[in-house]
Amino acid sequence: MFRRTIAFGLSLLLAPLAAEAQQRTRLTVYTALENEQLQPLKQAAEAALRDIEIAWVRDSTGVITARLIAERQNPRADMIWGVSVFSLLQMEGLDMLEPYTPLGAEALRPNFRSDRKPMTWTGMDAFVSAICFNTVVAQARNLPRPTTWADLLNPAFRGQIVMPNPASSGTGFLTIAGWMGSMGEAPAWDFMTKLHENVQVYTHSGSAPCNNTARGEYGVGISLDMRAVTLKNQGAPIEIIVPTDGVGFDMEGTAIHRGTRNAEAAKRLADWAVTRDAMEMYGRWYAVLALPGVQPTVRGYPAEFEQRLVSMDFRAIATRRDQILRDWAARFDGKSAPRN
Amino acid sequence: MPETRPDGTVALPAAAQQRVAGDALLLRGGLWITASVLAIGLVLPLATLFVRAFEDRDGGFAGLENFGRYVTTPTLLAAAGNSLWIAAATTAIVVPVAFFYAYALTRSCMPMQALFRTVMLIPVLAPSLLPALALVYLFGNQGMLKGLLLGHSVYGPIGIVMAQCFYCFPHAAIIMAVALATTDARFYEAAEALRAGRGRIFATVTLPGARYGLVSAAVVVFTLVVTDFGIPKVIGGQFPVLATDVYKQVVGLQDFNMGAVVGLVLLLPAIGAYLLDRWAQGKRAATLSGRAVPYAPRPRRQRDLPLLVFCLGVASVLAGLLGVAAWGSVIRFWPYNLSLTLDNYDFARFDAAGWDSLLVSVRMAGLAAILGTVLIFCTAWLLERGTRPGRLGSILRFAATLPLAVPGLVLGLAFILFFNHPANPLGVLYGTLAILVLNSVVHFYTVAHLTAVTAIRQLDPEFEAASASLKVPAWLTCWRVTVPMCLPAILDIAVYLFVNTMTTVSAVIFLYGPDTKPASVAVVHMDEAGQASAAAAMAVAILGVTLSAKLLQLGTARLVERATQRWRRR
Repeated sequence: MFRRTIAFGLSLLLAPLAAEAQQRTRLTVYTALENEQLQPLKQAAEAALRDIEIAWVRDSTGVITARLIAERQNPRADMIWGVSVFSLLQMEGLDMLEPYTPLGAEALRPNFRSDRKPMTWTGMDAFVSAICFNTVVAQARNLPRPTTWADLLNPAFRGQIVMPNPASSGTGFLTIAGWMGSMGEAPAWDFMTKLHENVQVYTHSGSAPCNNTARGEYGVGISLDMRAVTLKNQGAPIEIIVPTDGVGFDMEGTAIHRGTRNAEAAKRLADWAVTRDAMEMYGRWYAVLALPGVQPTVRGYPAEFEQRLVSMDFRAIATRRDQILRDWAARFDGKSAPRN
Repeated sequence: MPETRPDGTVALPAAAQQRVAGDALLLRGGLWITASVLAIGLVLPLATLFVRAFEDRDGGFAGLENFGRYVTTPTLLAAAGNSLWIAAATTAIVVPVAFFYAYALTRSCMPMQALFRTVMLIPVLAPSLLPALALVYLFGNQGMLKGLLLGHSVYGPIGIVMAQCFYCFPHAAIIMAVALATTDARFYEAAEALRAGRGRIFATVTLPGARYGLVSAAVVVFTLVVTDFGIPKVIGGQFPVLATDVYKQVVGLQDFNMGAVVGLVLLLPAIGAYLLDRWAQGKRAATLSGRAVPYAPRPRRQRDLPLLVFCLGVASVLAGLLGVAAWGSVIRFWPYNLSLTLDNYDFARFDAAGWDSLLVSVRMAGLAAILGTVLIFCTAWLLERGTRPGRLGSILRFAATLPLAVPGLVLGLAFILFFNHPANPLGVLYGTLAILVLNSVVHFYTVAHLTAVTAIRQLDPEFEAASASLKVPAWLTCWRVTVPMCLPAILDIAVYLFVNTMTTVSAVIFLYGPDTKPASVAVVHMDEAGQASAAAAMAVAILGVTLSAKLLQLGTARLVERATQRWRRR
């Protein structure tokens, strides 16, 4: 009896190990999508492509990009799905992306797909940087409501601002890329140097500033629109501010990793990623989608933001991504102690 | 220590000798298995780490260039300094508190000592992230007790030290309790006969008697703080320490060479502490003579009452922090909507793996407990009772104590560098449950090994001699005699491995794969994304599992005792 119980317990522990070897093709997909999006997307894609299984590897944009580049001699990813176009273009430059034009990719908006033939990547959605402004904290601490980025330099915000670290967070990078796009490069560095005085902490992820602001830990969080909208819909006392002096935006895209051993399956997933079904999934969280004519179902987006997008040359910024991040780290990463 | 060997004490007939020779082959084989596990899981990875610190990104020899880059980067150096003073501050707070707590448990007639002994162990069962998360609820910018910090931010050294105190307390208290429990009552009788005052007795008898225990406790706390990763990650803000720097270099920047350099720097205080502790252990063993009379405290109100109040204070802080974390995990939207909900336990909303990560942790910890206990106990038995382990034996004895000096983060980093090397055929293990289990067993090897050795040494070697003369194979003796007699110790080892594997973050954060993300890593990721309530919920779920395991052990203790330990009673 005792022995049987032990044998049973052991089989329970070991059984899932054996089950890992099964029939479906497993695609290892590297992603920077938000956590809550992974499960629904996996379910939808696996329902459409019954012989494919998705194994997510998720981290913030900067981390997942660094990891992909570090692993490129001995790649572990089959696909990249939901990673910033800045990163995709940087990887294109390193010849890491498999050229393939997914079925139906021509229907995407022209600036939402690769200009190569065959394409190296396809777009999914776009998002902008936005300010999360906690109205309860603002009242308690007498903070004025900012309407522009320049407003954030007000000394009243000293120690009240939290923003993502651009080296790890895609949102952080698109934000500073947006500042460079709208202000010009030298004034943007100048702006960041002054903003640094007001920043309490640079976070690992792009969602964290808004999450922390929603909980009232800080008054102002520089974050991405999608996270802000989700939190506001959950009842957080925050206002989503799209600054009127121009906001940077970023696209998320899909690509096949060069040298994947599951090229056939990866191509089919790349095909699915640009279908209307997939776009409708992205539309549950994002307001701007790559495929024209798909109505996003997310609510609560500020209506005016599409006019405020700065014009950005993605490829030009992507090729300088490493240099910009090194400069940023040299100037601001050494913040040694929290200020009050 | 001289050991009686079966072949040295009993003359065997020729046939039996042949049998024993076959036996010896089997036993030697066993030792070789352990040797290869420790080689693959400890020595080779650490060697790889060492080599990588001297290489450039493309694998060429870089000499001291990485170290040069390290000492000229002010933030990296500042982190080393920060780690040291944070650890010193925590040690200065925790060790005295632990001393008086242990003093109350062993040298007073304070009521409810058993209860206080149990409460003291709470922090061991929780991941180190849990106190840090609880402190955010208490002292964060929206914290309930924020005013107590007088305008200082909890994100930084203050928060780190507070959380570390909670996390390190049981480790220091256990050591102090052991050190204070073994004392010679004759010293006290002599002191009283000489009419020494209480203060004088305390200063001249109690404190010197516990001095090596104090050294050990200080060393353990210091090492724990320097090498812990979870707490500074959650509550450290922009305050850099060594452990978060390793993570930043490796995960954030994928700079494995600089990661290896910081890892080596992190290894230094740990090795120093390890040597200091070994020295103190050796001294302590020599302080008690065979003729010592055990000390039995007599009730005394003026001493027992303040100690009771003190212990109540400490115990309620321990239980309170835990309660805050549990409460934070069921709040709908901190701090604006305090209604209760279980939504935060719907982990799939916050992390793709959802509840599966807890399942991964349970499987990993279960396998580490079973395989680890078998490996560690058998090895300890072979070393203590096998036929002449020889040089391999002494190497293994030394290797078994090494993991104590290797911080989890360094071991984890060494593992990726070794197993992810393109030329390593073991690379297939990368990202699997197997590598996580191997890592955990090696990481927690030393304490388990010492427990096994202590238990086995309590048994009379004549058992082996008698069975050998009856031609019973040694392994059968072990299975029929040694294992049942040591069963409580074996269960201790298994639960120790299980609990530590469930709660560890540092060792596994580099090693998990797409579908082997442990729950403790999920806590870090949820916290990174700013999902504090979900992170607290997952930490509480981990605590639920470890607490169940511990309660199961306590619940079955009597059963085990009755079935296997009757021989201890006369």
